[in-house]
Amino acid sequence: MIWNQNKETMSREQMRALQGKRLHKVVSYVYHNVPFYRNRLQQMDITPDDIRSIDDIVKLPYTTKQDLRDNYPFGLQAAPQSEIIRIHASSGTTGNPTIVGYTRKDIEIWSECMARCLTAYGVTRDDIMSIAYGYGLFTGGLGAHYGVETLGAAAVPASTGNTEKHVRLINDLGITAIACTPSYALHLAETMEKMGIDKKSLKLRVGAFGAEPWTENMRTEIQQRLGLKGYNIYGLSEIMGPCVSYECSEQDGSHINEDHFFPEVIDPDTLEPLPYGSTGELVFTTLTKEGMPLLRYRTRDLCTLYQDQCACGRTSVKMGRILGRSDDMLIIRGINVFPSQVESVILSMKECAPRYLLIVEREGNLDTLTVQVEVRQEYFAQGFDTFEPIFKLEKELGAKLRSVLSISAKVQVKAPGTLERSQGKSKFVIDKRVLK
Amino acid sequence: MTVHQLSIFLENRSGTLVKVLKLLKDQGIQLIASTIADTAEYGICRIICSEPVRAFDILRDAGVAVSLCEVFALELDDEPGRAADAIGIFAAEGLSIAYLYSFLLNGKGVLIFRTDNADKARDVIKRNTLSFIPEKDLSKLL
Repeated sequence: MIWNQNKETMSREQMRALQGKRLHKVVSYVYHNVPFYRNRLQQMDITPDDIRSIDDIVKLPYTTKQDLRDNYPFGLQAAPQSEIIRIHASSGTTGNPTIVGYTRKDIEIWSECMARCLTAYGVTRDDIMSIAYGYGLFTGGLGAHYGVETLGAAAVPASTGNTEKHVRLINDLGITAIACTPSYALHLAETMEKMGIDKKSLKLRVGAFGAEPWTENMRTEIQQRLGLKGYNIYGLSEIMGPCVSYECSEQDGSHINEDHFFPEVIDPDTLEPLPYGSTGELVFTTLTKEGMPLLRYRTRDLCTLYQDQCACGRTSVKMGRILGRSDDMLIIRGINVFPSQVESVILSMKECAPRYLLIVEREGNLDTLTVQVEVRQEYFAQGFDTFEPIFKLEKELGAKLRSVLSISAKVQVKAPGTLERSQGKSKFVIDKRVLK
Repeated sequence: MTVHQLSIFLENRSGTLVKVLKLLKDQGIQLIASTIADTAEYGICRIICSEPVRAFDILRDAGVAVSLCEVFALELDDEPGRAADAIGIFAAEGLSIAYLYSFLLNGKGVLIFRTDNADKARDVIKRNTLSFIPEKDLSKLL
């Protein structure tokens, strides 16, 4: 089934023409409404009239996470505040979150794109879908929720946490579809098995999994243990949220909703656009967004774009799996974590030396973060004699990290001089997770 | 009434303790008593030694997580029940013991401890005329 036959199966020529028209419109829109973009375009001596077709996109400047940070909170917002009906926030690298405002039309487009994804997975209005992404500032929960409602299926806003209760709901309500992170799906399977619930007694048949990298082996395991078919969903809050791309029944690459989000792949070092088939950094331009349209936003996700004759009938460009990041961002339990966020917390505590190590592990099916931090020698010299101040410091650090990162971390205090002094940023992180 | 004690923060890893002890050995510092308290990840090594102030400087200069603190040192006769009597007095006054260890020195029992209220403990020792070891005597006994 295809939700929007017209847009999803458009001929390439028609699509390129539509994208060109929309690109001109969005460039003109930001030129007149966002001083940041007007200045940048003027510096490059570009006016909206220079953008006549989608091929002209290469003339436009890139937008980075740093630009969003520099213009915190509403500097890149194009629509007047009175038109904004929802605001989401995602983690930033220095504690400043990225703020994204949506107009009513943005929410409608988001919901439709999400309905396209769900339809591609085979979800219909007869389904009951539980959403186990976090409801809140994170776009996962509400984004999926509105898509389910737009489609006409029944949404169960399970959110995360209380997994046993969730398993009971899946069992008792006959829930047929679920949206969550792939690691949470495995956690769910484990809980289900512990509770002695046989997958054969469940009606689950579709899973929409995303918000963190996963592999074919994980897919096989999830499908086998939960007795469903699992599909990838991709998105990022800066561009919209979940719905930017989605797999179809072929489970082979994700179709991009490219009438709304124009994809490019670039070399992250030279910033040169790369042809289809090359691996590089994924870049999106929002073609229809009103709240916060972005030109050539650098996602930092590494992947490949390609075009094939997909058996599902869709003609849109596909993206392969995310192969990594071109920066040091970690995705832990679906939440974006930057080592610099941890650093900012540590630097704010006078007891701590600026030396730390982040250890990411997967225990069972859940990611854990341990933060090791060196305590300054002076702190000990001033009357240290029992464990109490150590435990207090760990607790205080843990609470601060939790409020900045939105996930809990285990804190381990280290004696002065015990952590390796390193130059490269990546050496502050040990990621022991093996994605088989 | 009190003597100096080194408190050293150690991680539960092989080699951390010996590194500290070797630093003291190399500078001719003699241990009088030592004890280690531990949790799953950390330990605190507490040491009574000759020249504690110099020992503190040596360890601090070597980057060790060390502090120099004052702990009570009571002298007891080496016979059954003396520790119970002494601690009983503190308990009766409502004082809690944070930690305690003991050793024998030239035929006398020495009780080292820290309480939750040092001023009150000082007062209790005075009022009950408990005998304590002045720091200079500790070194003299070596």
